[in-house]
Amino acid sequence: METDRPKDRPWVMRTYSGHSTAQASNDLYRLNLSKGQTGLSVAFDLPTQTGYDSDHALARGEVGKVGVPICHIGDMATLFADIPLDQMNTSMTINGTAAWLLALYIAAAERQGVEPQALQGTTQNDIVKEYLSRGTYIFPPEPSLRLTSDVITYTVKNVPKWNPVNVCSYHLQEAGATPVQEVAYALCTAIAVLDTVRASERLDAAEFTAAVGRISFFVNSGVRFIEEVCKLRAFGQLWDELTCERYGVENPKLRRFRYGVQVNSLGLTEAQPENNIPRIVLEALGVTLSKDARCRAMQLPAWNEALGLPRPWDQQWSLRIQQILAFETDLLEYGDIFEGSTVVEGKTSAIKNAAWAEVERVMDMGGVISALGYIKEQLVASHTERVRDITAGDHTIVGVNKFTETAESPLYSGDSSAILKVDEAAERDQVARLQAFRATRNQAEVEAALSGLRAAVLNGENIMPASIRCALASVTTGEWTQTLRDIFGEFRAPTGIGGAAAARTVDGETAQELEELRARVRKSAATLGRPLKVLIGKPGLDGHSNGAEQIAVWCRDAGMEVVYEGIRLSPEQIVTSVRDEGVHLVGLSILSGSHLRLVPEVLTGLRAEGLSDVPVVVGGIIPEDDAEDLRQAGVARVYTPKDFEMLRILSDMVEVAEASA
Amino acid sequence: MTQLPHSTVDALVNFNRQAIARALNLLEDRRPNRQAQALTLLDTLSTLPASAHVVGLTGPPGVGKSSLISRLIEPQVQDGRRVAIIAVDPSSKVSGGALLGDRGRMQLPNQVYARSYAARDRLGGLSREAFSAVFLLRHCCDVILVETVGVGQSETDIATLADTTVLVVQPFSGDLLQFIKAGVMEIPDILAVNKSDNQELAQKALADTQAALSLARRPAPPESAAWDSPVLAVSATTHLNIGTLSQALSAHWQHLQTTASLERKRAAQHLEWGIGEIVHEVGQRGLAALGGVEGVRAAWNQQPAHWSVVRKLSVLLEDVQYRPSS
Ligand code: B12
Ligand SMILES: Nc1nc2c(ncn2[C@@H]2O[C@H](COP(=O)(O)OP(=O)(O)OP(=O)(O)O)[C@@H](O)[C@H]2O)c(=O)[nH]1
Ligand SMILES: [Mg+2]
Repeated sequence: METDRPKDRPWVMRTYSGHSTAQASNDLYRLNLSKGQTGLSVAFDLPTQTGYDSDHALARGEVGKVGVPICHIGDMATLFADIPLDQMNTSMTINGTAAWLLALYIAAAERQGVEPQALQGTTQNDIVKEYLSRGTYIFPPEPSLRLTSDVITYTVKNVPKWNPVNVCSYHLQEAGATPVQEVAYALCTAIAVLDTVRASERLDAAEFTAAVGRISFFVNSGVRFIEEVCKLRAFGQLWDELTCERYGVENPKLRRFRYGVQVNSLGLTEAQPENNIPRIVLEALGVTLSKDARCRAMQLPAWNEALGLPRPWDQQWSLRIQQILAFETDLLEYGDIFEGSTVVEGKTSAIKNAAWAEVERVMDMGGVISALGYIKEQLVASHTERVRDITAGDHTIVGVNKFTETAESPLYSGDSSAILKVDEAAERDQVARLQAFRATRNQAEVEAALSGLRAAVLNGENIMPASIRCALASVTTGEWTQTLRDIFGEFRAPTGIGGAAAARTVDGETAQELEELRARVRKSAATLGRPLKVLIGKPGLDGHSNGAEQIAVWCRDAGMEVVYEGIRLSPEQIVTSVRDEGVHLVGLSILSGSHLRLVPEVLTGLRAEGLSDVPVVVGGIIPEDDAEDLRQAGVARVYTPKDFEMLRILSDMVEVAEASA
Repeated sequence: MTQLPHSTVDALVNFNRQAIARALNLLEDRRPNRQAQALTLLDTLSTLPASAHVVGLTGPPGVGKSSLISRLIEPQVQDGRRVAIIAVDPSSKVSGGALLGDRGRMQLPNQVYARSYAARDRLGGLSREAFSAVFLLRHCCDVILVETVGVGQSETDIATLADTTVLVVQPFSGDLLQFIKAGVMEIPDILAVNKSDNQELAQKALADTQAALSLARRPAPPESAAWDSPVLAVSATTHLNIGTLSQALSAHWQHLQTTASLERKRAAQHLEWGIGEIVHEVGQRGLAALGGVEGVRAAWNQQPAHWSVVRKLSVLLEDVQYRPSS
């Protein structure tokens, strides 16, 4: 039976994708659209996100791996070939280089004959959560926020249907944030962005109000879906109040909390991966059930999320979940089903109050930028609690720490056939095409465009017009970014590990085990001659820091002396640190898929420094076949997400260190 | 005495970083045979010039010590000088573990040698290992920068290790007043008010700092009367007055050499450090058993000149351990 009220329009359905080359990704996008997907969501590779051309030394092995490489207007045009940009809604997960990729998009549209006014879509463009969680930042906070603000002020005037910034709470939850922290820190970020825009004095009052209305959010939704419903209602109410009170927006439509969503991936497991499908469905409910707090756009991870990159079929399965929810169920036929629920209202206001208190605390510290170190510590501490609860069995994960027995799975046999493998030839291809592209450019035009860019930056002009000129003049991603690097300098974000204590409240059996482990670490000093010292390293462009942070924090709490320098180090830097610091053991954490290049480079470097006796262990997303290769190459142990028992990993590490003494 | 390969000493004095790392591993090693080797090594080095300038940076947590070190080493490395860095972080009282994070806060050119230490059970801002590391490194490079634990007012150790002590404070934080009032810190050789990011801020910061200093009725530093400690407003972020800070460091180093106070300063430091170690190991009673400070000084001066500080100390300690405590 159907209700007589008209059905609501469904949200925009996307799949986060891109890999190998612009051509391969274009094929995939067109395939996805033919399956009923209604928008595109572009995943860029790490070199593009961090501003390096595909042939830069730091890009080696990363090109086309976790996303599509876009080096210039030619790549951008190929990516959207036969996709009319005036009809498409394109979301681009791009931050450090957001202004540049938007410039390329506008330039590519121009070549398709599409006016900027017609473009619809989103640049993620939220640098704060890059510092706090996602890791593809480039410049220090101040110039980065200026770039964000430039994109906003430009699009409000010239690309009015564009969402210039998607303030992200998604990545905060993926780094361990509680619902309250997720809401609070995202609002603090939105404040920093809007305050910067206002201070730029580029917009008049009406334009500024329009800019506030263009701010959208990108949120997360975990498996505790009732709490998530309440979180989103709280989010919406706070945004409404904030935009009214702080920014004086009178039109309630412009105060509406507009958000897209990717559901929680941190809780998706490697063990019994088929269980991830019900988790994803429930998480999708959290952001669709309540009409008053429903998402505008959604993308879902795949059942094999923790194994590696999804294949087209895996992504299709997730798209079908969205379609079933929207078109088979009666979800879109009712008004808000929680209206009048005192339970939901109670929980909503609890989250709201706690989140606002945290916003005020951060504002008292001078705002989100001054408080980066504090916030990062809070996130690491929350994640430490989560890991502790999983280890101790207080946080149930079916198939992982409870109900672990399983029949043989017809979907997944433990090998690496159930994931997408990126063709190794893609990088060579891309580099060859890039070099050919460079050779055919008008060099004088390139130089002129780059000096125009430099002048715009130095004169404090909006960066967008000069960037669009660069795009049209065939400037590359690396050249654009290097020009800004030379002026702004680079930044290293805080690691947040100083503040979290793993053992703060472990009790019962786990406390006992931890004490035993500490005794063992103390004893190892006799064998080693001095206290056990380890280095936890993150080589390559990979920004997944959770695992490394947790291992570092827990090693410290087990009594080890731990060197941890944060993300994005070269193998050479890691080898130098190992040598200078005199550590007994090296632990590398790599989730970006480039372990087969990076780990051997570290091993070779250690050998060259006469350090082949220092054992190396590796953790991350490592398919079993690759793990075997790494062990053959001399790696002592390999860990993956299924190794969730932290204390067992630590006691292994002591054993490995002692064995090499 | 354990024999020491010549090549090791050669490699060390030539700033071979593999050799330095191995030697520092050895100095830390508490196994008896390694300790013996370590003593031999230090004794051998003791006969060679210890020409590096040891600069200590101390100050409250987060004030910008690591960032300033990044700035200070840039010109040094460009001039081809051999730079070593020692950074000390606190140890957890509960677990004994430590997070050694300063390295990650510094931009380290490839030519630099940098090592982090956990303070372990030592209070005062340094670690025991940092002392022997500096004794060794003084023979191996041109300049050593030492960053203390950022714990605030109890960081007195650094003055017993550095040739030049820089106290870093934040503008308008009241830190300075706290430091001086608490009486734990003599006026440092150089006072750097970091985070003075622009000229205007720098002016205000200087005025504020001068006011604090005059309030505290700035005592004249005793043994370097001729040195007038400069107060500088600097910024590690905007590089403001970093050149001036570098010049002040060289000027102090010059001063120590021309007034012959370097040797005196180091000798006094060694003795003070030795006494500290004795008290740490065997308490006041142990010190008394050695005839108090006077007794230690006399015994110290009678020991062979080529002995390293560490050996002098270990012999003294052995001595006190075998005396019945009365
Ligand atoms: C959380 C997460 C994120 C967070 C990261 C937050 C952060 N600061 O860490 C966010 C949302 C920012 C993120 C972003 C991206 N992600 Co992501 N992410 C994940 C996710 C869901 C969980 C990883 C995690 O943190 N787990 C929790 C920690 C504690 O577990 P762990 O790291 O596995 O560590 C355990 C063991 O592996 C081991 N271990 C790990 N390291 C070490 C080190 C040592 C020394 C030892 C002893 C043990 C050890 O011990 C730990 C204890 O259990 C995984 C999928 C999954 N479910 O695993 C995808 C995943 C890793 N991401 C992926 C991708 C592609 C990305 C992006 C690159 C996408 C893009 N194109 O932009 C971005 C960019 C990130 C970047 N800058 O590099 C892919 C990688 C694909 C591949 N390897 O082929 C995955 C596998 C998802 C997928 N299937 O597509 N991601
Ligand atoms: N604005 C400004 N910030 C600075 C300056 N110097 C350092 N900082 C910032 O202050 C924070 C702490 O800097 P560090 O260099 O790590 O300070 P530290 O004294 O070594 O800290 P601990 O070792 O933890 O005691 C970082 O976020 C720096 O970016 C400066 O001159 N100006
Ligand atoms: Mg520091």
